Amino acid sequence: MSTRLSTGGRLIDRSRKIAFTFNGKRLTGHPGDTLASALLASGQTIMGRSFKYHRPRGVVASGAEEPNALVNLGQGKTHEPNQRATTTELFDGLTATSQNHWPSLEWDIGEVNALLPRFLPAGFYYKTFIHPRAFWKHVFEPFIRQSAGLGKAPDPKQTDPDRYEHFYAHTDVVIAGGGIAGLQAALEAGRAGAKVILCEQTAHWGGRAPVDGVEIDGKPAEDWINDTVQVLEGMENVHLRLRTMVAGVYDHGYILAYERVADHAPAADTPRHRLWRIRTARVIAATGALERPLSFPGNDKPGVMLASAMRDYITNWGVSPGDRTVVVTNNDDAYRTALAIKAAGLDVPCIVDAREEADGPLVQEARARGIRVLTGMGIANVKGLRGVVAVQLCRQAGEGAVVEDIVCDAVAMSGGWSPVVHLWSHCGGKLTWDKAGAFFRPDHDRPPTDQTGEGFVVCAGAADGALHATDCLSNASTSARNMLVSMGKPAPEAEVAKATAAHEAPLAPIWVMPQGAGPKKRSKMWLDFQNDVKVSDVQLAAREGYESVEHTKRYTTLGMATDQGKLSNINGLAVLADALGEDIPRVGTTTFRPPYTPISMGAIAGEARGEIFQPLRRTPLHDWHVDHNAYMEPVGHWRRAYCYPQKGESHRDAVNREIDATRGGLGLLDASTLGKIIVKGPDAGRFMDMLYTNMMSSLKPGKCRYGLMCSENGFLMDDGVVARIDEDTFLCHTTTGGADRIHAHMEDWLQCEWWDWKVYTANVTEQWAQIGVVGPKSRAVLEKLGTDMDLSNAALPFMGWTAGKVGGFDMRIFRIAFAGELSFEVSVPASQGRALWDALHEAGQEFGVTAYGTEAMHVMRAEKGFIMIGDETDGTVIPQDLGLDWAISKKKEDYLGKRAQERSHMTDPTRWKLVGLETLDGSVIPDGSYAVAEGVNANGQGMTQGRVTSTYYSPTLKRGIAMGLVLNGPDRMGEVIEFNTTKKPAKGETPKTVKAKIVSPVFYDPEGEKQNV
Amino acid sequence: MSDLVKSALPGARAEGLVSIEEMGLSGMVTLRVDLSAAGAAIAQVTGADMPGPRAISAGQGCHVAWMSPDELLILCDHARADAMVADLTAALEGQHHLAVNVSDARALFRVSGPGGALRDTLAKITPADMSADALPPGEMRRTRLQQVAGAIWFESETEARVICFRSVARYTFDLLAMSAKPGGAVGYH
Amino acid sequence: MLTFTCPYCGVTACEAELSPGGEAHLKRFGPGSTDEQFEDYLFLRPNVKGVHFERWRHAMGCGKWFLAARDTATLEVFGTYKAQTTEPPADIVAAIRAKRPDWSLT
Repeated sequence: MSTRLSTGGRLIDRSRKIAFTFNGKRLTGHPGDTLASALLASGQTIMGRSFKYHRPRGVVASGAEEPNALVNLGQGKTHEPNQRATTTELFDGLTATSQNHWPSLEWDIGEVNALLPRFLPAGFYYKTFIHPRAFWKHVFEPFIRQSAGLGKAPDPKQTDPDRYEHFYAHTDVVIAGGGIAGLQAALEAGRAGAKVILCEQTAHWGGRAPVDGVEIDGKPAEDWINDTVQVLEGMENVHLRLRTMVAGVYDHGYILAYERVADHAPAADTPRHRLWRIRTARVIAATGALERPLSFPGNDKPGVMLASAMRDYITNWGVSPGDRTVVVTNNDDAYRTALAIKAAGLDVPCIVDAREEADGPLVQEARARGIRVLTGMGIANVKGLRGVVAVQLCRQAGEGAVVEDIVCDAVAMSGGWSPVVHLWSHCGGKLTWDKAGAFFRPDHDRPPTDQTGEGFVVCAGAADGALHATDCLSNASTSARNMLVSMGKPAPEAEVAKATAAHEAPLAPIWVMPQGAGPKKRSKMWLDFQNDVKVSDVQLAAREGYESVEHTKRYTTLGMATDQGKLSNINGLAVLADALGEDIPRVGTTTFRPPYTPISMGAIAGEARGEIFQPLRRTPLHDWHVDHNAYMEPVGHWRRAYCYPQKGESHRDAVNREIDATRGGLGLLDASTLGKIIVKGPDAGRFMDMLYTNMMSSLKPGKCRYGLMCSENGFLMDDGVVARIDEDTFLCHTTTGGADRIHAHMEDWLQCEWWDWKVYTANVTEQWAQIGVVGPKSRAVLEKLGTDMDLSNAALPFMGWTAGKVGGFDMRIFRIAFAGELSFEVSVPASQGRALWDALHEAGQEFGVTAYGTEAMHVMRAEKGFIMIGDETDGTVIPQDLGLDWAISKKKEDYLGKRAQERSHMTDPTRWKLVGLETLDGSVIPDGSYAVAEGVNANGQGMTQGRVTSTYYSPTLKRGIAMGLVLNGPDRMGEVIEFNTTKKPAKGETPKTVKAKIVSPVFYDPEGEKQNV
Repeated sequence: MSDLVKSALPGARAEGLVSIEEMGLSGMVTLRVDLSAAGAAIAQVTGADMPGPRAISAGQGCHVAWMSPDELLILCDHARADAMVADLTAALEGQHHLAVNVSDARALFRVSGPGGALRDTLAKITPADMSADALPPGEMRRTRLQQVAGAIWFESETEARVICFRSVARYTFDLLAMSAKPGGAVGYH
Repeated sequence: MLTFTCPYCGVTACEAELSPGGEAHLKRFGPGSTDEQFEDYLFLRPNVKGVHFERWRHAMGCGKWFLAARDTATLEVFGTYKAQTTEPPADIVAAIRAKRPDWSLT
């Protein structure tokens, strides 16, 4: 049973207590505790259940590598699953619940899975649930759904109340890790004058050194750490950041760092997390090393812990993980744990050392303290169901015959250490196998490279394989200095502090304990605690032909999810290599992917939520629309008024009313979103002729012309009215979504193909508020406002434009008509837009002025048979398909898209062509309907002969109207064809269709008498 | 008429780690011309020297900002913009160019406060380097403000300008206000 | 996320400030060209692993299109240059050769 020691704990403040709850139980801890240390101090050794077998699990580690102690944190709005108890700093009022169990942590019904392991071997997803088929739906799926996943997903109806943000930083050097290696590297880089950001993921500087009894320059490591941090804080070019984890290293020196600003103090008015998006020239990964578990039967039971974690709990937090702890190891470092346990006044009944000989200074010290050291031994079994009650010892060299039972309540294990090389690997750094240390370390000859082709990441200290404190500081210093030379910022000469710690004899690589264990024992040896992958699973995968480590990872789930190989990687590789009869470096490692440990979704989203989730583009008239109950629809990032429903009106009612009012008197449309691009220069006419399919160079100043723009592929990409301002200048109107795209398209051709042409463009879309003044009374309302222009049909005919004053406004007036009525599209500088809109409404009262939205606009243009980019076109349609041959110049030698339109597929006479469609019963053809044809295709699907592109109810004609692309359509006028509907047919009935007659697409005023008055 | 003429967010203001305010209407003229052959005309109309790449040079009652090798943005009083266009057009007579009033196409914000907090606030919304040596006063950085295009320059160490398109003025203002919220101090710059 | 230095305004811009434009130095074929020429111009791209000439627009900046020589496998950038050229300039070719002696402009 774990408990709080009466003394010790370098990180906790014993003078204060803070309260928290775990599974509803009220518990207390001290400031400085992690949730894991506080739970252990409260005697809570079981902290979760494993993924597959629901085995009770305790904490294994003390940091970011923890696989078991994942909890639900917070409640309701702040609930967040899968939070590591080991990296959660305790705060007053913290609430946590354990995961992956039912009905309770102590008694879980899913534990029965463990009794049926033959149903859940490696690859169980792929092979167990296939037969019999009916079992999938009724047995397997419900079972998997019930037990899948670890934590509980947050309630989608709740909104996270916290705020998050991004922060962009630019620097010379990012150092990941604030242990002694990171601090030493920062000293060197700081002295060299480089801009440095030093990130430490925990709340404390110094890493493991103070726990491991390291001395620096003859003093405790803690003194040197404090002094060094003080020196660094005094350097203007060095920025220190605690609680900030370098999560990923990306191309060209892009770094993501995850700062947990307020997780430890949630009441504060600060962003909860901050995502640092850093550009740096170099990265120093001083990320240390992680201890590996040992694979012996029962190594996953609560109470079995990494040796280093155990001395962390004792030294950092004054927590005893058990009264009697057996230490099992293949190296000298774990003896430090035995000595720490002893120093805390607790028992170490024995140290089980798998090596045949052990005689280093630490071993001698342990013996001198009276600890029994057993060499050449291993653990054959751990006894106990929900905790440890005893271990059974065996010879490491044998098959596991028990030679002795040792009563104990905790086990500290150490399989050696692996450098944390994740950040080196994220961007392609390669590794080399260190035989002596039995780990992978960075291969200095194959670093990740940046935009100049230079290596931009170095590892320093333990991350570079310098595991021993004595080598760590000098390695960090040398690594940093070499890196600084490579970036042209050599560090000044300075003495490197001397770190000392007890000498350690080499470890013995031990991958399975005991080495001759049979199948039964191997199926109790866990490699990956989180994903419940055992030695037997990896061996099975090898037997089944999984030779690649990447395939084995996916088949067995070894090292997947949050582990990313932190604890399981090397042991799993070694077992696989042994099973394949290969050596470890040949088998290689899996790919480490960012993030190093999970980062929150909130941090990724940053500020982009709520009102600023996306930029909404607003016209100068936006507020009026909102004030008048407009239903707004997105058009690109713009918000446009779709219709303005009045009390009791449906959207359709409103649209019909708006159309009737416009055709009957006066309608106003906010057309400000239309793109407006100026094209000017001596070669402007020539350029316009290349851009548009029509002849634009012949347009006279003062006139407008409707034009089509195609891509070089021949497909219609945009349309709009072009006005010629003067001999040198054109104003091109584009579609609402098209302005930026078309402006970029123009600049592309001008800059990259015809750079000798004298043409300038300017996108002036937002300079102007544009209003469609539409209907028989449109001229009257403008004249009523008072104008210095002659707006008569003679002076300003259809497709003419002019500029002058109307009601005191600086106005351009274009006589263009998208609705097929007498209409004036007027534009004024955006700053005057709202005033003009208000003035038009006031003056238009007597004409029944009505604002209309985009849907009324769509219906009216469809009544006139005008096409709409995005409705009649979809990126595969050419102007010829739409009967727009009249807008394609036959005289021009060239225009963008002309050559493509000559390709055989484009001139194929069977391309579907645009027609109008009139339903026989007056109904509206469903959107997206296809015209059905005789027969079926090779897949048994019904054949088609056309499709609907626009379909509306026309209040003007009081019936459904549509446009569509139909096989030989223009030659089939009057013919009736059938369109499918979405109505589900009754059983035995054939699917319902709707009959429509092929007609001209111009339904309203085909002679143009209404617009030309 | 003048009281009916409105900027994008008249009177918008937010206080936090720094102050943000919409500056109301200001005059802006886009001039596209071969800059290497337009120095005399620019000097004649604006009184400003031709700015070097990314620089802003001061003229008589106006500023001239370098936008690209063939584009300038001239900032002046709102009422003067049309005359500025006319003057530039006259001064560049016979030379291929495009001068156009774009005053109403944009929104302009003043962001002011202690230098470090000012640069930190801006560094929350732009990938451009906001450090003092990368963006000293007198230089304009065209970049993105999270999801929209914009430009930033410093009038002094305690006052910056942010410019964006008019339609996204609200978005940009909200971004700035969010970034300046109390409690969000970073202490990097 | 890549970075390129815009040869027009001198800004080192990150990918988020740029828009990509595909392969550089394509010769346009218009009316009068054969089907093979047009197909080659519009559709056929070698998709090289290694040195690649490509188009980028400094869209969230000065608005200019520029060209870049980049290794598609290592992401090394050998240089950027102005778009008003039909072939890679000599200094760019030399910069590539210095790093990739086996490479030749074909």
